[in-house]
Amino acid sequence: MRLTELPKGASAVVERVEDAHADDAIAQRLRDLGFVAGEPVRLVARGPLGADPLLIQIGSTRFALRRAEAARVRVRAQEAA
Amino acid sequence: MSAGTLRIALVGNPNCGKTALFNQLTGGRQKVANYAGVTVERKEGRFTAPSGRVLQLLDLPGTYSFDAASPDERITRDVLEGNYPGEAPPDLIVCVADATNLRLHLRFVLEVQRLGRPVVLALNMMDAARRRGIAIDVAELSRRLGMPVVETVAVRRDGVRALVAQVDGEVPAAAPAQPDDAASRADLHDQVRALLAATVVMPRATDARDDALDRWALHPVFGLAILAAVMFLVFQAVYSVGKPMTDAIADGFDWLGAHVAAWMPDGPLRSLVTDGLFGGLGTVLGFLPEILVLFFFILTLEESGYLPRAAFLLDRLMVSVGLTGRSFIPLLSSFACAIPGIMGTRSITDPRDRLATILVAPLMTCSARLPVYALLIGAFIPTRRVLGVFNLQGVVLFALYAAGIAGAMAVGWVMKRLRRDRSEHALLMELPSYRLPKPRDVAIGLWERGMVFLKRLTGVILALTVLMWFISTFPSPPAGATAPAIEYSIAGYMGRALQHIFAPLGFNWQISLSLIPAFAARETAVAALATVYAVGGDADAGGLGHALAANFPLASALSLLVWFAFAPQCMSTLAVIRRETDSWRNVAISFGYMFALAYAASFVTYHLAAWLA
Ligand SMILES: Nc1nc2c(ncn2[C@@H]2O[C@H](COP(=O)(O)OP(=O)(O)OP(=O)(O)O)[C@@H](O)[C@H]2O)c(=O)[nH]1
Repeated sequence: MRLTELPKGASAVVERVEDAHADDAIAQRLRDLGFVAGEPVRLVARGPLGADPLLIQIGSTRFALRRAEAARVRVRAQEAA
Repeated sequence: MSAGTLRIALVGNPNCGKTALFNQLTGGRQKVANYAGVTVERKEGRFTAPSGRVLQLLDLPGTYSFDAASPDERITRDVLEGNYPGEAPPDLIVCVADATNLRLHLRFVLEVQRLGRPVVLALNMMDAARRRGIAIDVAELSRRLGMPVVETVAVRRDGVRALVAQVDGEVPAAAPAQPDDAASRADLHDQVRALLAATVVMPRATDARDDALDRWALHPVFGLAILAAVMFLVFQAVYSVGKPMTDAIADGFDWLGAHVAAWMPDGPLRSLVTDGLFGGLGTVLGFLPEILVLFFFILTLEESGYLPRAAFLLDRLMVSVGLTGRSFIPLLSSFACAIPGIMGTRSITDPRDRLATILVAPLMTCSARLPVYALLIGAFIPTRRVLGVFNLQGVVLFALYAAGIAGAMAVGWVMKRLRRDRSEHALLMELPSYRLPKPRDVAIGLWERGMVFLKRLTGVILALTVLMWFISTFPSPPAGATAPAIEYSIAGYMGRALQHIFAPLGFNWQISLSLIPAFAARETAVAALATVYAVGGDADAGGLGHALAANFPLASALSLLVWFAFAPQCMSTLAVIRRETDSWRNVAISFGYMFALAYAASFVTYHLAAWLA
């Protein structure tokens, strides 16, 4: 599933970041920021208009990602632990 | 290495506290703020270590990685590698990491280490880490990284002692340089994970306080309501707190002017002192409290960490008008002055978004326009309660600010339609922890702002005021003249010539004339009007406000207010646009569209108001 499909407040584990096109600088930046396989993420909040952008918690950091950016991140839903 | 001097570069992820550390070490007063991308230029300072050695410190912009996507990050890498023109490579790199956010920051530490230069790691924000119960095995971390690691608290005076002792000693050996390729980059995350597992215990990934605040601040409904309330409060406060102080200063100056006048012999010199200096400069100085109140709020908001939240809430809206959520912070600074605002756009990594932000930034009402607004509103808008709680004058002020914002949105939208590049541009913005602003930092910020204002006042504004006095006084009227003396002066002739352009907006010749010095510095419009009316003998005991109210209709006043809401920005702003975009074309576009916009809006306002009256 994509990160954008995660319900609010839910946690998941990153599987991979997909390039939207060849030489995708945004995807590379996401990987640099820690969106790599096995990393747990949580959808903390959504923007007021069109549920955009998304606030994603990864590690101790929160990043605001637009939907188009977040859609590059493939995640595996995590059972409430 | 020059004898005895050690060159140290400070690097780290954005918002890790580098600038605070720099200030603590050098006693400098660089701007710190709680959002990513405050340091947009290279800053240098020096201090003497206990051993007597001189340490030269370089503060570099925050960087997430060396996959340089933004101008900031490119500079950082070039400097560290010694590839920056005119900059010798540093002898030692101090890599600063936020101890509460090591998962992200350690990766960059590893990247820096791979450059193959001597590195010391400063674990900053240790106070916050302890408060949250984060335990870090520093000795083990240092051993595994193979570099010295020290704890720091950049915001406390004694919080950098360990770091000073460390950099004052032997320069540590560098790790071997390693190639920078995709495969080894991917590997960095695994190394970070291993390091964290071995050395850090974190009871909770996030700060419970941040989570609680964000539940409200980022709520789709309450979040927006809070944002609107904060903004409205700021502008009401500027008026209701600043205004009484402004009046007190103006009264003080009138009193002083009258006393000085009594001592001086009649003649041009007395006229210069009373009309030019006390009348002109005194009026502008009176607005210092209002400007300081505005800055107080901007500084407090910047330091609190709230601004990136506002950017988050507004991103979608900003995108729909061709900007980005990141534009919010530079645009908010532009309310103080467009110059730091435009310089702050460097934190917008995307060139297209950055240019759009630069072009609309001058539409945000800068603090230099506040004196003009305050004067006209005070003279023409009655103090009346609206809806029981709001002051009508405050509401009009808010409306003027809102007009600037609406103008910016309209312009952004038009630009978005006109441009060809429709590709995707990223947001990727980090939200920092909330922090309580330190009264001392806010006080220093206010003091600096106040001094800048006073310097302008005694520099360019004083010069222009004296010039305005001169051209309003000379030449003296011919013998047997019937009209007021000022009509025969240079000012009278110039004003009437300009009036041909501005008459359709309802401006009389005095106003038309005051627009020229306003181009150099906005506040001078007030001083110029004060001088012209004082020399003309129209200013009575009621001061400039009365003179204006007696001399032109409400429609003209409204039209002038609207003019200043959209008017072409001042010379210094144009100069900074030229410097930041490196293009005269952008300067011309910016000046041209604002002139047209202001002219059209004032024209409509004047005729509408005249027709309604
Ligand atoms: N509690 C605490 N706050 C700190 C410490 N060091 C810095 N801060 C705060 O952290 C925020 C960011 O500090 P800056 O010095 O502006 O960070 P920077 O790394 O220079 O940021 P950029 O210029 O954006 O790269 C400010 O609000 C500081 O007051 C610390 O040791 N403890």
